[in-house]
Parts: sequence; C-alpha cells; structure tokens
Amino acid sequence: MGRTRAILIWGVLAAVLLIPVAAAAASPLLQWRQPVYIAAGFAGIIAMALLLVQPLLAGGYLPGLARQRGRRLHRWVGGVLVLAVIVHVAGLWITSPPDVIDALLFRSPTPFSVWGVIAMWAVFAAALLAAIRRRLQLRPRTWRLAHTSLVLVIVAGSVIHALLIEGTMETVTKVALCGLVLAAFLKAFADLKVWTSRHRRDA
Amino acid sequence: MTTDLFTRRNLLAAGGAVAVAGMSGLLVPARAQDLAPTRSMRGGSNNYRPGAPIVDRIGGGGFWMTGTVRRAGDGAPLEGQRIQVWAHTTEGHERDERSHGATLTDANGVFRLEMPQIVPAFGQPHGHLAYDSGEFETVFLRPVMSSARDTTLEVHFVLQPA
Repeated sequence: MGRTRAILIWGVLAAVLLIPVAAAAASPLLQWRQPVYIAAGFAGIIAMALLLVQPLLAGGYLPGLARQRGRRLHRWVGGVLVLAVIVHVAGLWITSPPDVIDALLFRSPTPFSVWGVIAMWAVFAAALLAAIRRRLQLRPRTWRLAHTSLVLVIVAGSVIHALLIEGTMETVTKVALCGLVLAAFLKAFADLKVWTSRHRRDA
Repeated sequence: MTTDLFTRRNLLAAGGAVAVAGMSGLLVPARAQDLAPTRSMRGGSNNYRPGAPIVDRIGGGGFWMTGTVRRAGDGAPLEGQRIQVWAHTTEGHERDERSHGATLTDANGVFRLEMPQIVPAFGQPHGHLAYDSGEFETVFLRPVMSSARDTTLEVHFVLQPA
C-alpha cells in the first residue's frame, strides 16, 4: 500500500471521527448544560465514533494495522468503548438520577433509551466474551458468531438510539456517522465470513 | 281477528326498533358525564420537588405553560387548583429549585404560567406538571413539545376526586 494512500485513509478516518464531535461542540444546547451532563453527552458521541473504528480494525482495513496488529488494537479500543459507555451512563445518572433509573428499568417514556440500554448490555457482553475467550474454550466459529451477534445488537441499538435523540449532535453529521458505522460493520461481517469455519474462510 | 303475537311482521318491526335504539345509543357523541380522568404519564414525577411556591413567573420568562383543569365526569372547570411546573430551561436544570414554580387556575379552570424557554434535555424538549394538592387524585404529566422552537406548551388536566 502506497504511503500517499495510507496518509489519505488515515486523514479521511480522522476527519470522519472528528467532524461529528466538532459539530456537537458547536451545539447551542451546551450553554444550558452543566459540565457533567456535557461530558456524558460527549462520551456517548465518542462511543459512537469508536463503533466505526472497531470493524475497521477487526477487518484489518487500516494501513499498518493489518490482521494481528489490528486485532490487538481492536481489543484495546473495545476496552475504551466500555469505559465511554460507563462514563455516558454515569454522567447522565448524576445529571438526572430518576431518568436514568427509568431507562435502566425499561420504564422510560422515551423510546430511544430502551435501545441505548440494550446496546449498553450488548457492549458489556461482547467485551466480557472477549475477555474470557480462552477460558470459555469455545470453537473459534462459535465464539465469532456469538461476538458478532452481540455486535449486531450494539450497532442496531446504538444507531436507533442516536437517531431518535434530539441532543447535542448535529443532524447531518449524526446521520452520516450512523450510516458509516452500519456500513463498516456490514463490510467486515461480509469479508470475515463470520458464519463459515476457518478452513473455508482461508481457502 | 288473529291473536298471535309472533307474526312475521311484528317480529321484523320489533327487531328493527331494537336495532335502531341500540345503534342510536352508540352514535350519540360522548357526553360530558363520561369525561375520563387524566392519567399520570411515565416519568412525569421525575425531579419533582413537592410544594413549589406560587409565583408570578419562573425566572425571566419568555415561554408560556398554559392549560385547563376540569373535573372528571361532568367536565366542570375547577377554580383555584394549584398546578406545579418544572423543566430544563435556558436558566436551569430540572433538579434546580429555581426551575420550579406553581400557579392557580382561574374561574374558568384555566392556568397560565410564564417561565424560561424549555430546551431539549434527555433527548426531548419536554416539561413536567403536577397536580398534587390532595382534594383530587395526584396527576404527574410529562408533555413533549412538537418542536424545540415552540414558545408555548398547552396541557390539560381532568381530575378525579380523591
């Protein structure tokens, strides 16, 4: 892969990740929110951006991060994603405890919170599955199917969650980021042939 | 002269009369006698602070929370009923004491309370209202604005005697 091409890919990825964050930083809603509420919102936006990075790493699409190096970074980014989700929920809890308790108990009046909470549990489950992978002693194909099924729930839940919210994210950049997250997941899902056994994948 | 009650003609006429009477009962518009009480909404009582003071307006104003309070059943307007209001506005969070206030209904059961502009929080531009004075059953509402740019929100209470 040419050097120019590598720079171009990293440049585009950086822009795609940073533009939605920058657009949200310009939201008029921020002036009426306390720092902890603002931090909670941005933790959610960062989590969404990391959802775009994860399939790119798993699929080995990023220059200099093919296969094993990409996989190793995928694990680290997964850890950061879990942290971002925790900060998101904890920050909202501090801002308005009853609203977050309602959401966690699936009795909130807002439909998007249900999707957010489902995606949150799927993030925790997917990360746990990765953390105890060796101890589980599952066949690689079984493990991959389980992890990917949870990721499908994460991607679908997070995208619906974000699209239904009237918040600090600017609409065009939000829809674009959601579309890219979905596209990256589908691309990696198809390329990695998650549903087949290893020798057929490598054939 | 026949004394048979159940002639074909009598049966048809009687059956028709019963059918018309039954249908007309269904077609009469809902009467005020049947006005159902307003039910509390999910999340309506979140960040409620009981006993918000009656105020001329909350903060600097610019946004109007309006509505009516009527009695369940006959729909009679209820005067002097205390409605408590709070929301996330340009001047404070829902939990802040300064975001809370109350007003009383007039002789027509109408209330109007000026408050700061409501802004989207927790994903939706919404307000909170409570009737919680004891005479009638408590009701907590959480109406959502159709647009964050709206500068009024109209909310109606139908209360059931406690």
